[in-house]
Amino acid sequence: MKRYSVFAVARQALSNHQGWERAWRNATPKKRYDVVIVGAGGHGLATAYYLGKNFGITNVAVIEKGWLGGGNTGRNTTIIRSNYLQDPSAAIYEKSRSLYETMSQDLNYNVMYSPRGVLMLAQTEHEVRGYRRTANANALQGVDTEFVSPKRVKEIVPIINLDGPRYPVLGGLWQARAGTARHDAVAWGYARACSDMGIDIIQKCEVTGVRRDGDRVTGVDTTKGQIDCDKLGILVAGHSGHLAGMAGFRLPIESVALQALVSEPIKPIMDCVVMANTVHGYMSQSDKGEMVIGGGADGYNNYTQRGSFHHIEETVRALVETFPMVSRLKMLRQWGGIVDMTGDRSPILSKTPVEGVFINCGWGTGGFKAIPGSGWGFAELMARGTSPLCDEFSLGRFREGRFIDESVAAGVAH
Amino acid sequence: MLTIQCPHCGVQAEETELSPGGEAHLSRFGPGSEDQDFEAYLFFRENPKGVHFERWRHVHGCGKWFHAARCTVTMEVFGTYSAQTTEPPKALRDKISEKRPGWTWRDIA
Repeated sequence: MKRYSVFAVARQALSNHQGWERAWRNATPKKRYDVVIVGAGGHGLATAYYLGKNFGITNVAVIEKGWLGGGNTGRNTTIIRSNYLQDPSAAIYEKSRSLYETMSQDLNYNVMYSPRGVLMLAQTEHEVRGYRRTANANALQGVDTEFVSPKRVKEIVPIINLDGPRYPVLGGLWQARAGTARHDAVAWGYARACSDMGIDIIQKCEVTGVRRDGDRVTGVDTTKGQIDCDKLGILVAGHSGHLAGMAGFRLPIESVALQALVSEPIKPIMDCVVMANTVHGYMSQSDKGEMVIGGGADGYNNYTQRGSFHHIEETVRALVETFPMVSRLKMLRQWGGIVDMTGDRSPILSKTPVEGVFINCGWGTGGFKAIPGSGWGFAELMARGTSPLCDEFSLGRFREGRFIDESVAAGVAH
Repeated sequence: MLTIQCPHCGVQAEETELSPGGEAHLSRFGPGSEDQDFEAYLFFRENPKGVHFERWRHVHGCGKWFHAARCTVTMEVFGTYSAQTTEPPKALRDKISEKRPGWTWRDIA
């Protein structure tokens, strides 16, 4: 792999940029791998990368039904934060956030990480108490957040309307180190680094069955033939239930649609991410100037990658109340992704009833921020069978009642 | 836009008039049941890519619960029926078989 640098750009300029090599190899599958990862989204590629980097396991294939990073990795609103209430969540999301800080250097790929700060508005007394509690919990967990006054909120986001008709702003939970990154670049950067280590990335290859010898996995059937493996990692978000069915076990997961939309590009008006969870809308401004907007998930099972129009209406209504100036913005495009929701709104990173099969799913509406931390922990789980970042997120927690209840902590899906 | 006909009042209701109630025909387990049954009742769900049976409530209408058969890929609603039953009516299952040959849902087909 030729390193990207300012000198490389200068050198290539002399040859009209005709000499750049492909960022990753388009591999054809071998007969057998030590590890097969299903799903070349952010989580799958990050897992493969840390298997290679931290554990020296490079006889790995990442297989993908569509194209690399073409699922929810390329469909999210790119927010990165770690201000969670529960200890296991804070640990994995904070690990993730800290890995994002140095990711561009680690991967030699500019992921445009921008620690611009995330502000979560408190608009009811209940939320004020909740976020004060979260700020205290974060202080104990070593996550840098603070509860700020309405005056400070106005300083951070001058365009905000503090005295909204329904829900005035009573304060906010501010995480200055949180921010955004270029979502596609995260997938591309990991793919390039994986390919460089000799890991095969196989696109347009759909898994059609999971091969078992008794209770042990022996490989997968794909549209490009049979591939044998010792260990199988399933990281397919909304389609996890489908894959688990092939392997022969069930998951506590339902897939629903979550939508986002983007406005026409305008001059800089907001240099951080603002989330308003009571009225259900959040917004940030991309480097191109577009306002990137998200809201709540749909309430019923859905695999169509588009959601209900009334959710967009609710989200936009919330934002117009909070930021009156956006009322005249035109929206450019809208899309949906299929998110995998668990009962306690926390992910599953776990061994499964089938020996050798590992599952990483259930990130619901907040998977992008977790990509590096999830990959780091899940690679450790797959290599060693245990990981301090993952063990609390086991599949067994639903039977044992050890929920990591972020739905109660946040009051919304997030 | 998803519209579903309420089998009670006959209104072709738009989805903002309705409230989704999750998977239909769950077997309920309570105190004294086995851990794995209780877990499955509380958390494990069919999550089919295709034919699905669900509970809905006509919340901004007649207020009654009912069941619907819907495709989660195309959003096609195959039909609705009363909630006072433990399995989908035969006529509806036949209708689905015509449109989606080979479909399965739990042990119903």
